[in-house]
Amino acid sequence: MRKPTLLSVVAATTAALTLAACSTGTATTGSSSSSSSSSSSSAKPGGAGGDVGVFTWWAAGSEKKGLDALEALFKQKYPNDHFVNLAVAGGAGSNAKAKLASDLANNQPPDSFQGHAGAELTDYIAKGQIEPVNGIVDELGGESVFPKDLLGRLTVKGNIYSVPSNIHRANVVWVNPAVTKKAGITAAPKDMASWIEDMKKLKNAGVNTPLTIGGTWTQVQLLETVLISDLGPEKYAGLFDGSTAWDSAEVKKAAADFKTLLTFTNTASDGDDWPAATDMVIDGKAAYNVMGDWAVAEFADKGKKDGTDYTYFPVPGTDGVFDFLADSFTLPKGAKNPEGTKDWLRLIGSPEGQKAFNLAKGSIPARTDVPASDFPPYQQSAMASFKKDKIVSSIAHGAAVNLAWLSDISTAVSKFYASKDDATLVKDLAAAAKKNQA
Amino acid sequence: MRKAKTWLPGFLLVLPSMILVGLFVYWLIAKNVFTSLQRSTNFVTDKVVNPGGYHNYTQLLGSGDYQHALMNLLVLTVVFMVGTMVMGLLWAVLLEKGVGAEGVFRSVYLFPMAVSFIAAGVVWRWLLSPAQGDGAIGLNQLFIKLHLDGLQSSWWSSPSRFSMAAMAIPAIWQLSGYVMALFLAGFRGISEDQREAARIDGASEWKIYRHVLFPQLSPIALSALIILGHMSMKMFDLIYVIAGPNSYKAAVPTTMMWTQLFAQSNPQAAAVNATILLIIVAVVVVPYLVTTSRSERSR
Amino acid sequence: MSSSVLTEEAIPASTVQHGAPGTRGSAGTRAVRYALLVAFVLLVLLPLYVLLVTSFKPSADISADTAWSLPHRLSVEGWGHAWQTLSPPLLRSLILAVSVAVISSVLGAMNGFVFARWTFPGAQVVFTLFLFGMFIPYQAVMIPLQAMFLQMQDTAPFVDGIVKLIIAHCIYGIPICSLIFRNYYATAVPREILEAAKVDGAGMLRVLRSVVLPISAPAFVVAMIWQFTSAWNDFLFALFLTTRNNGPVTYALNELAGGQNPDYSSIMAGVLIASLPTLLVYILLGRYFIGGLMSGSVK
Repeated sequence: MRKPTLLSVVAATTAALTLAACSTGTATTGSSSSSSSSSSSSAKPGGAGGDVGVFTWWAAGSEKKGLDALEALFKQKYPNDHFVNLAVAGGAGSNAKAKLASDLANNQPPDSFQGHAGAELTDYIAKGQIEPVNGIVDELGGESVFPKDLLGRLTVKGNIYSVPSNIHRANVVWVNPAVTKKAGITAAPKDMASWIEDMKKLKNAGVNTPLTIGGTWTQVQLLETVLISDLGPEKYAGLFDGSTAWDSAEVKKAAADFKTLLTFTNTASDGDDWPAATDMVIDGKAAYNVMGDWAVAEFADKGKKDGTDYTYFPVPGTDGVFDFLADSFTLPKGAKNPEGTKDWLRLIGSPEGQKAFNLAKGSIPARTDVPASDFPPYQQSAMASFKKDKIVSSIAHGAAVNLAWLSDISTAVSKFYASKDDATLVKDLAAAAKKNQA
Repeated sequence: MRKAKTWLPGFLLVLPSMILVGLFVYWLIAKNVFTSLQRSTNFVTDKVVNPGGYHNYTQLLGSGDYQHALMNLLVLTVVFMVGTMVMGLLWAVLLEKGVGAEGVFRSVYLFPMAVSFIAAGVVWRWLLSPAQGDGAIGLNQLFIKLHLDGLQSSWWSSPSRFSMAAMAIPAIWQLSGYVMALFLAGFRGISEDQREAARIDGASEWKIYRHVLFPQLSPIALSALIILGHMSMKMFDLIYVIAGPNSYKAAVPTTMMWTQLFAQSNPQAAAVNATILLIIVAVVVVPYLVTTSRSERSR
Repeated sequence: MSSSVLTEEAIPASTVQHGAPGTRGSAGTRAVRYALLVAFVLLVLLPLYVLLVTSFKPSADISADTAWSLPHRLSVEGWGHAWQTLSPPLLRSLILAVSVAVISSVLGAMNGFVFARWTFPGAQVVFTLFLFGMFIPYQAVMIPLQAMFLQMQDTAPFVDGIVKLIIAHCIYGIPICSLIFRNYYATAVPREILEAAKVDGAGMLRVLRSVVLPISAPAFVVAMIWQFTSAWNDFLFALFLTTRNNGPVTYALNELAGGQNPDYSSIMAGVLIASLPTLLVYILLGRYFIGGLMSGSVK
């Protein structure tokens, strides 16, 4: 043990502090836990008991309703366990994730936390902060009930690290038909160019805000759908494995289109969340909002009717593409109540859990054996699309890129929102890729 | 020279604090500097993130995002310091001759100081909403209701390079009362005879302020500037609440450090950032402390 | 200067007689002065107005268009919800702030006495080093501090949540408290008494107990108020060192306010609830509070 002079003085009086300061170098891994790679232990009827603290960024709106539904079901199925809601507010989890990273760094993991399936989880896996949950997934039915595509995105080196709860689609335009009617627009635009034409018509018809946006992450999400539209699904997917250059002509065109789209929007501040933007469409103040399909619950909440009060279509130019993200739950290393966590994961992955949760949240189940007929029209259509569409991964929601890369992309977009300089945006995006791409 | 027997008990009494301050301030600063010089690679891609040594510093100083954050900090600091000093001095001048209900005015002006930046930030986030016209809320909406539409602004979200000036508004709101209290005490410390003497000499009220009173307040003004300056450098809570830590528009080194540390898993860059911040503060504060300390010894 | 502030009314009243003829300018300037003072009062209270009216609106009545209007119907549902969410962290904040106030003022009294009246060789340098610790941006120690607490936790699991914050605030409060007490003792404890005691052969501890402590109350009040408020209002340490389950009220308030579809009446009520203790302290003990502020800067 190193003992600098200063500390030899210290040692005399504050032994505990000295211990803390001197024993540098040893990496802090979580306190030991049952880290067998198959974390299956037979479920105890009524639950293992104890507190189960679950970290999510579902603090309000339809997401909170979904979580509440799960909580109710959890209480019913596992009466011994005590659910502790650790939801942290902040859209798409951008704040929440930093706070989670801080808590994990402080060795204060929750019993389970929400993570987007895909690249985002690799951070936690590489840092050794989460445990494999193959046992639970197998117990739930494995590949026979979860889509292979999805499990593939959750698997690293043969281990599955989280239990998926739901699937969302990010490339959806939500429309207030009463507003588009003012400009005589009745059909969905076929591509980006005709969509922009429609927005011009709306402006001319006196609609000040054809398109709404919220804070930075909603803009990243809008940009990603423009990228899919202008690049097509294959080249878009290539952005993440290095086969498509981030400064290619198509990306430049997408950046220019993105810039044009932003001329039709409201003024947002970086911290704004999505419901305000969706509400502008609901309230007839705006025509379009590009938002993940969790927005459907927002429309339902306000008593709006699918097909008459609101309509939806894939972002123009992305028809037949499913811009995908999935939420999933983990078993953190050092969780205080791993058996309780497993109860929670079992509930999340069960058909009843998935139905209760997704009905409330507006997403579609990750399991394929939940009958579609139980769901309202939008979700039925999304379930059908998920089966036949090309699946691509969302940037804004951590499916395509890890946290560090996403953070760089977000900075670039936040910067662009202020400068409106699309050449710099492309340059920054390319630099972010260079820095973070494997 | 006094005997050790006399001073030793005093030394022993302060020793625990010396150890704690030494450990928690100076030792941790040293550890932070050490972290800032480490080489690091991306744990997923194995690419070099921080080359190590002083290159870590040149890398951060060379980054456009960091320069932008420094620029924001400069704008914030200048507007905050000038605004707070002007406001505080103005209030003190208005109050210093004694007005009825002075205690009420004083308390009202000072009350924001008792409120946390977090609590204040929650209100100001709403007040400084950028939307104008139809969808306006917050201050912009108030302006419309008062038929002062021209005053609307996108505040810190505006595209201007100096938009950070708007972030100083809540900070000015919080600390002007503090500066007022300082100046008021300063004014009250000056004997009335000096003013009378100047008046007899035929000096105007303005001239009395300019030549008799203000010069005597300069030590207070200096202390106030130091306090405000270092608060501004450290400002984090307010921006975290109002703009969120990931905003490019409102980025300052302290918020950037949070992002570096936890969104980008880059503790080395965060440590570099924090060290530079410490140096900036030290450049201002150390001369002040040393001068004060010398003048006290000579007293 | 600050030392005198501690013993008497923080800001001495104006020496000028109100309305004494010929001194306070014409009725015109008086009217202007009052008009300005009242206008500033309105500006300062603007955020408070928003807080109050919004907190008493039923959430159904809250809409962007009527944000500035008085509530049609009064409702305390926002207050109820905010209280429910915030009461556990409020209790933690109370434990935090009270412990920090007590512990750090005791440390401050010990140090302040030594620095003022029982110095040892090098005391001035130590004191200056302490003072620098008051100005450092805590970001510069935060990364190693997190790690240090983590390691302490391995051996002493109770070092968690509020305990971490108590340790941090007590230690980082040593400089300001030492300053407050040093400045106080420098004027309040006459050298002669000490010399006499030394001649009598009284030890330092006896002097401290029988001579110094009995007259220390004013400085304790100031230091305790100062530490209470800064521990209560802190967010930075809370964010880095605690979680939602064991953090103080500032952290919980930020959580409450950060939601989507924000419930404005509970947020605004939450801001008021979270600010109430410091506001109360400040209203009840306001003049000492001002004294505390002053001693932090004016020396």
